[in-house]
Amino acid sequence: MASRRIVDMTAAEIREAVARKELSAREAAQAALAQIEALEPQVHAFNQVTPELALAAADRIDAMVAAGDPLPPLAGVPVAIKDNMNLIGTRTTCSARILENYESVYTCTTVQRLLDAGAVPVGKCNMDEFAFGSSTENSAFGPTRNPWDLERVPGGSSGGSAAAVAARMAAVSLGSDTGGSIRQPGALTGTVAVKPTYGRVSRYGLVAFASSLDQIGPFARTVKDAALVLQAIAGKDVMDATSVDEPVADYAGALGEGVEGLRVGLVTDMLAMEGCAGEVRAAVERAASVLAQAGAEVGEVELPMSRHGLSAYYIIGPAEASSNLARFDGIRYGYRVKDAEDVLDLYMRSRAEGFGPETVRRVMLGTYALSSGYYDAYYAQAQKTRTLIIREFADAFERFDVLLTPTTPTVAFKIGEKASDPLAMYLSDVYTIPLNLAGLPGISVPVALCSETGLPIGAQIAARHFDEATMFRVASALEQALGLDMTPPLVREQR
Amino acid sequence: MAISESEVRHVALLARLALTDEQVRHLAQELSSILDHISEIQQLDLAGVEPTAHPFPIRNVTRPDEVRPGLQRELALLNAPAASDGAFVIPRIVGVEEEA
Repeated sequence: MASRRIVDMTAAEIREAVARKELSAREAAQAALAQIEALEPQVHAFNQVTPELALAAADRIDAMVAAGDPLPPLAGVPVAIKDNMNLIGTRTTCSARILENYESVYTCTTVQRLLDAGAVPVGKCNMDEFAFGSSTENSAFGPTRNPWDLERVPGGSSGGSAAAVAARMAAVSLGSDTGGSIRQPGALTGTVAVKPTYGRVSRYGLVAFASSLDQIGPFARTVKDAALVLQAIAGKDVMDATSVDEPVADYAGALGEGVEGLRVGLVTDMLAMEGCAGEVRAAVERAASVLAQAGAEVGEVELPMSRHGLSAYYIIGPAEASSNLARFDGIRYGYRVKDAEDVLDLYMRSRAEGFGPETVRRVMLGTYALSSGYYDAYYAQAQKTRTLIIREFADAFERFDVLLTPTTPTVAFKIGEKASDPLAMYLSDVYTIPLNLAGLPGISVPVALCSETGLPIGAQIAARHFDEATMFRVASALEQALGLDMTPPLVREQR
Repeated sequence: MAISESEVRHVALLARLALTDEQVRHLAQELSSILDHISEIQQLDLAGVEPTAHPFPIRNVTRPDEVRPGLQRELALLNAPAASDGAFVIPRIVGVEEEA
């Protein structure tokens, strides 16, 4: 029998096997580390691999098992963490030259919650520098490659976190999503990827990009695993004033409930958008009919204001980023030029030498949009557009429980294909951005493989604020009905 | 919506970025083409619409004013490019004449 490898096990299966003493947490950690060693030279999902942290955490779990202690919900599950979240004992670089040697001096609340839930940290994942990008090509440490096709991008900015899970280097991972940075790479790597409601998960210890949009969420290979991770990290944190004190539902418990009677809105004008590939459109329409067959009431809805989301986002995001990135000035941490004449010279050259081209572009765009004389024309206008997008979603959720769209207009593109055209790159987040502007939760689930390229296609399910449970139910119904094998060729060849 | 090279230089000073002449030329083109695209929202009729700064209403939260441990000084200085006597070292920011 071609034995099922440890790295192919889901988080839920690992937890179960560890509890039954069929597998030790150390064995699970070693299997993940060996998989990283085998595939990392080709994939480059990590900025730092942390075998000491992983084995120490695994041994603590094994000691609990030996002592007969009650086990936490993710006991022994290997997890990879995007390199913009602080974890003591690791560097937190944001894939930026200016933070190349930055040592974490505290641990991000959300990472700590995962560790408290028994997860085993195997490393810090590559990303677009400061999360600016949709391909992970903007990393100062080189691009991550898509395990489905090494010539293609894994999406971004959480491309390393997505590739690590797709390539079985970790059972689950954490990413952050400001305009699609979890869901878009999720779609491009055939993984399940969740952006929770704004405020659902603490951002304390996450390096800020755009504070009114950023949210941390999981990548997983099954909807259940994603639900288990969100369960572990959701909830109010006194260290993040924007985290919300709303009850956390039993997400995994809701998965079996089916979609009978749920109202699903297929967003037709997004499907019809120029640039949406025919196969993507067909796959999402098929997903809608699968849900209808499962008992959901599927209807059609249009979200014309959301079309302006991209423009509003490329004002609001850079504006907030230009303010947040003011802290990188070469004074308290990070790269500093050696021969500064005065403090202004120190700021200006440390930042210019420490930031990559896309970071410079976004900081410039944001500073311009906020500058005297342009504030009303750009920033104020974008904030009003945001209000109308929020209203439009509120109206749609009067009629529907969830909304269904593509996650991305196309499958994974080739490395270098869009690198010289920022606008073309920005368009790959056209379906994900409106949810960030409205603070809504969204999940990307694989719904097909492209017949021409064999690459994954994802559908996005959006739900009402704090109604992740319904979003997971619908995603789970799709996963069950479609029964897709989302094993990338790179991993299949290993067996 | 074209942005000129001199505007780029002005914004770069505001953003504290020392750009090369080549970067300035590039950014003038790139930012112009991005602004061309996103300025479409200026055509929207948004009279009377309230701006949104945050997806939910945020209220002030207060707590008792109690002393709690913060980041230890050694940790705060751990990543400092230059530190001495428990402080960050930076270039002189006060002029010689003021010192006299």
